[in-house]
Amino acid sequence: MNIHEHQGKEILRRFGVPVPQGRVAYSVDEAVESARQIGGEVWVVKAQIHAGGRGKGGGVKVARSLDEVRQFASDILGMILITHQTGPEGKKVNRLLIEQGVDIARELYVGVTLDRASSRHVVMASTEGGVEIEKVASRTPEKILKEFVDPAVGFQPFQARKLAFGLGLTGEAFRNGVRFLSALYTCYHEMDCSLAEINPLVVTSAGDVLALDAKMNFDDNALFRHPDIVGFRDLGEEDPLEVEASKSNLNYIKLDGNVGCMVNGAGLAMGTMDIIKLAGGEPANFLDVGGGASAETVESGFRIILADPHVKAILINIFGGIVRCDRVATGVVQAARHISVNVPIVVRLAGTNAELAAKILRDSGMNFRVAGSLRDAADQVTQAIAA
Amino acid sequence: MSILVNRKSRIVVQGITGGEGTFHTMQMLDYGTNVVAGVTPGKGGSVYKGNDRDHFRRGVPVFNTVEEAVKQTKADTSVIFVPAKFAADAMMEAAQAGISVIVCITEGVPVRDMVQVHEVMTRTGARLIGPNCPGIITPGECKIGIMPGFIHKRGSVGVVSRSGTLTYEAVWQLTERGIGQSTCIGIGGDPIIGTQFIDAIRLFNEDARTKGIVMIGEIGGTAEEEAAAYVKKHVKKPVVGFIAGRTAPPGRRMGHAGAIIAGGKGTAAEKMAAMKRAGILVVESPARIGETMEKALKGKKAGVKKGVSRVKKGTKSAAKAGRRSGVKKGASRKKK
Repeated sequence: MNIHEHQGKEILRRFGVPVPQGRVAYSVDEAVESARQIGGEVWVVKAQIHAGGRGKGGGVKVARSLDEVRQFASDILGMILITHQTGPEGKKVNRLLIEQGVDIARELYVGVTLDRASSRHVVMASTEGGVEIEKVASRTPEKILKEFVDPAVGFQPFQARKLAFGLGLTGEAFRNGVRFLSALYTCYHEMDCSLAEINPLVVTSAGDVLALDAKMNFDDNALFRHPDIVGFRDLGEEDPLEVEASKSNLNYIKLDGNVGCMVNGAGLAMGTMDIIKLAGGEPANFLDVGGGASAETVESGFRIILADPHVKAILINIFGGIVRCDRVATGVVQAARHISVNVPIVVRLAGTNAELAAKILRDSGMNFRVAGSLRDAADQVTQAIAA
Repeated sequence: MSILVNRKSRIVVQGITGGEGTFHTMQMLDYGTNVVAGVTPGKGGSVYKGNDRDHFRRGVPVFNTVEEAVKQTKADTSVIFVPAKFAADAMMEAAQAGISVIVCITEGVPVRDMVQVHEVMTRTGARLIGPNCPGIITPGECKIGIMPGFIHKRGSVGVVSRSGTLTYEAVWQLTERGIGQSTCIGIGGDPIIGTQFIDAIRLFNEDARTKGIVMIGEIGGTAEEEAAAYVKKHVKKPVVGFIAGRTAPPGRRMGHAGAIIAGGKGTAAEKMAAMKRAGILVVESPARIGETMEKALKGKKAGVKKGVSRVKKGTKSAAKAGRRSGVKKGASRKKK
């Protein structure tokens, strides 16, 4: 699960990770009032959307007067911000973070995440702050320092010192840096983060170490331990169809293609998308209906797939192992009758009672294209979109 | 022969009295799996025969702890059906009790818990399969997990996969062609899992009965690349591979917690390229897994005939050469 930058900073603050003073604002007046309360002479007006690259897209501005705060806030609020992470359609800005301006001496990078290869958490640091860390990783991997965390004892002070020395921190900044890293790891661990990334981490000329930006992602499987994080969910940042699907307990991801698909199991769903592509179509979605594939779930699946106007055909691919194909077929017929689907439906049911299922589909009087094998299904899809 | 589990495996079901545990224990018993015990804390001392809906063909003694179950029944393999919140605890309990193969079916175990579980498994030497997996089956001997038994057939192809239903699909394609399986392992779709591709492939490679290997990967992580490097170096048996998710967009989790392209890494294209470089017969479509293995095995048989008699004389290289030419045959056919 993703959250906004201002929410991430609120969590960091709880764990003693230093962040600039800031307030969230939903209107221009609120933005100006926030700046007044923060005080000082320089403020940063930051668009809050769930995507990186906001600065380049014009969503982050430095204001040197309250008038400028007003100006930038009215420019950014309501704008459609396009970054390399939003896609070409961009995202509408509905809230701002107003922060005190910080006197920046150095920009660094720190991040904590899971290293899948070693099955351990890893704390990373780099002197190359403020740029995309993926680029640093591919071009100059030696510039990323890594400390792997021993699960038995956790992140140790000596590891924080190694990273802080590696970043070239000295004196007050070194002491602050060590404290920062330890607090950041504690936050990452306690909150079941899947990523806690500070880019840039700034060192001020006074030797303060602050998180200028914060990207925090959370492990969905651990949300039961963190009801407060669930409260941070911003449905406005998610695709409306995906929100709708999650209400029906369907695992749906909207894509840009023309062939919808409904599959049981995530791996088979991905494989089915690949088959659609090989058949000359483009998958319109990922949809895992889970093990059961009852009439109700199939019906919700149809509803969600058909809400996307680009869908020209639907491929249903269910492998009936424990669940019987004839029951799935009956569900598909019921659901299709109920919704009156007006695009071709290719149905491929394999496993227990597959022949009976094919008979049910053929005898339904509805125009299903029944496929015997996966290969046959692909051919039927090709024909369906050509027709 | 088979790997990890066979008819002698003695199974303890953790969470046997829950809905999922009951249903799948019934299915395992029907398959002939040697289920010797169940564990549900607080219900120790009873004999469980199923619930109102699902009746077992015979009763299974229930214990309060895995340790007790091991002591009383000599259980050596465990299968876990407990809810995600308690799954890490169950896995560690099994490892501490001396269980050697632990199969965790449970989906949704937090990563933070799995980091610790992984550490405990490494320290105790227990082998974990999963979590978030369909389990492991040696056809005709024992089924430990939630896969449908009837799609399998006893034979000599090893199957290892991160997916559930996609594995069934591949197995079904093999069985329909009369190609049986030595053992099929679903290793699970999470970012941290116990048994990796490389572990399973190593075991299949060392298993004399396994003549060919199917590996089904998906986007995310680098486990397929690591396995490919191993195959290149050590495996002479034909390996057929597929990677699901070529059309998956970056940055989105495709159902499985581990199926995500992050920071441009973990794409299907990268994995397929690494596997092809290792001599694995990579299929573009999951519909062609069965036929590709069929061709590879035929090619191999033709090529190996001479090699087999020579192996007895102690010249390994002849066998190797024969097998290699077999693999190549399969590969060139596939491209057409």
